[in-house]
Amino acid sequence: MNIWRPPKIRRGALAVLRRNVLVWRKLIIPALLMNFGEPVLYLLGLGFGLGQFVGEMDGMPYLAFLASGIIASSAMTTATFEGMYSVFTRMVPQRTYEAILATPLEVDDVLAGEMMWCATKSTISGIAILTVATALGVVTSWQALWVIPAVFLIGMCFAGPAMIMASFASNYDFFNYYFVLVVTPMFIICGVFYPIDTLPEVVRNFVQILPLTHAVALARPLVTSTELTQPLIHVAVLAAYASISFYIAVVLVRKRLLI
Amino acid sequence: MRVSDTSSSAQEPVVTAHGLKKHYASHVAVDGVEFDIPRGQCFGFLGPNGAGKTTTLRMILGLTPSSGGSLSVFGLEIPKHAREVRARIGIVPQADNLDPDFSIEENLQIYASYFGIPARVADERIARLLEFASLTDRRGAKTETLSGGMKRRLTIGRALINDPELVVLDEPTTGLDPQARHVIWGRLNELRDKGVTLILTTHYMEEAERLCDQLVIMDQGRILDCGTPRELISKHVEPEVIEVRSEASQRLQAMGNEAGCRVETMGSSLYCYTRDPDPLLAKLKNEHGLTFMHRPAGLEDVFLKLTGRELRD
Ligand SMILES: Nc1ncnc2c1ncn2[C@@H]1O[C@H](COP(=O)(O)OP(=O)(O)OP(=O)(O)O)[C@@H](O)[C@H]1O
Ligand SMILES: [Mg+2]
Repeated sequence: MNIWRPPKIRRGALAVLRRNVLVWRKLIIPALLMNFGEPVLYLLGLGFGLGQFVGEMDGMPYLAFLASGIIASSAMTTATFEGMYSVFTRMVPQRTYEAILATPLEVDDVLAGEMMWCATKSTISGIAILTVATALGVVTSWQALWVIPAVFLIGMCFAGPAMIMASFASNYDFFNYYFVLVVTPMFIICGVFYPIDTLPEVVRNFVQILPLTHAVALARPLVTSTELTQPLIHVAVLAAYASISFYIAVVLVRKRLLI
Repeated sequence: MRVSDTSSSAQEPVVTAHGLKKHYASHVAVDGVEFDIPRGQCFGFLGPNGAGKTTTLRMILGLTPSSGGSLSVFGLEIPKHAREVRARIGIVPQADNLDPDFSIEENLQIYASYFGIPARVADERIARLLEFASLTDRRGAKTETLSGGMKRRLTIGRALINDPELVVLDEPTTGLDPQARHVIWGRLNELRDKGVTLILTTHYMEEAERLCDQLVIMDQGRILDCGTPRELISKHVEPEVIEVRSEASQRLQAMGNEAGCRVETMGSSLYCYTRDPDPLLAKLKNEHGLTFMHRPAGLEDVFLKLTGRELRD
């Protein structure tokens, strides 16, 4: 059994996805409250409050700029939380994977299901933000619905690295490093709150390798119906992050569980 | 004790292992074991803590890669066909891993979905399995509200959701009270009577004697011997034992030897093994303030003789 063999994607992943959907459904009210409550606070507080001073940014009202950026960043944090804390919980203390691996399912199926679930949660959060943004008058066209599949892809892209972290974590505290060193810096410099053009050149070049930059560059024009530049590059970068990190996570989880 | 059906001996074994090994960085957990597990029997692995029982079972299931040797289950090579094989096996792990996010009934439903069993088929089986596990009344309860015995019954029920030909049980009754243990023994006998092959590990000799048609005794990754419980007992120990508890063990040891017994000491107890207990019994009757017990030899005596009396781990 070579742990490096390429993962196979099979129908079994859907059983794992379904398991998580069923658990989520049990706590749907607080979950949705969170999904809608957070963007309401952000958009009302920051968007309107800060918007008073900022006025327009990058040729659009600040509220629109912020809402479209937050759809991308929230996809990131949602998938990251789920891919680290929940995956770790099911892998280590709860030993849910041990039970699943005693069936015909394999690590490939488990992680593919988890990744789809992370992306589904990102999508739910994206839809909530889009709804709030629409109510606040940010969205002007049905074209904005294209952001929904984009958010699913963004979720996949961040789920993979999160699962890699979960695969070698020994406890929950370990995840703080990833938040402080990776997630929060991206949140701040990848164009969620201000355009990356304003960054010094070195930093501007550097952020081009970060997935959140591409996530924002994809989500913002879709939500605000502005011009979408180089969409294929953004999609390709996100897809590459998703697939490479998925592969690495599968190898590491095989190494951890199949000993 | 069930006598195994010799006419089916031509049948291919359910599990065959040759020279099966497992090395970890620091040491050898399984050191070249050989065994054939016949269909329809209950096959036991006995051994002290750390003997390599769980590791052996995990290799059979394709969950632990072996470091050497060959292994086949249902005539299919492991780990190459592990997925196919696991579809036909039920697994009861050493420690319960029920899904705490779901109720009893939902645990079974979710588990069925991992096997790709359609909901209609699953629901019908679940009704039967809840009966089998005596959990029908508690079907809606969360798993953390269950007692140890209930959890174990649910885990065994869960292992049957795919209607397996082979059920692998790693210490199915450890930590349970005698009542719970007897219930589980009854259920396992029912399964075997239906033709399901059982593989189990245990530390309880009584359990092994009651349930197992054949067993192997393992220690430090090796198989020390195998056979039916009766074969092992008659091969390794004298048929009768007199256990004596006393501080004056030196003198009693001499007395036992004189009476023709093989004497072993452990703490303040003496174990006198013999074919003819009468001479020693006669002597002991004359001693005052001694507690002794005369009993037939059992698997525990074999186990202690083969694996030694000192502590493991
Ligand atoms: N992942 C691992 N890494 C290193 N050593 C291990 C690992 N898993 C098991 N071992 C070692 O392999 C040996 C066999 O372990 P195993 O769990 O198979 O024993 P066991 O017979 O099931 O014992 P018990 O009765 O306590 O369950 C032990 O010495 C154990 O410490
Ligand atoms: Mg064990």
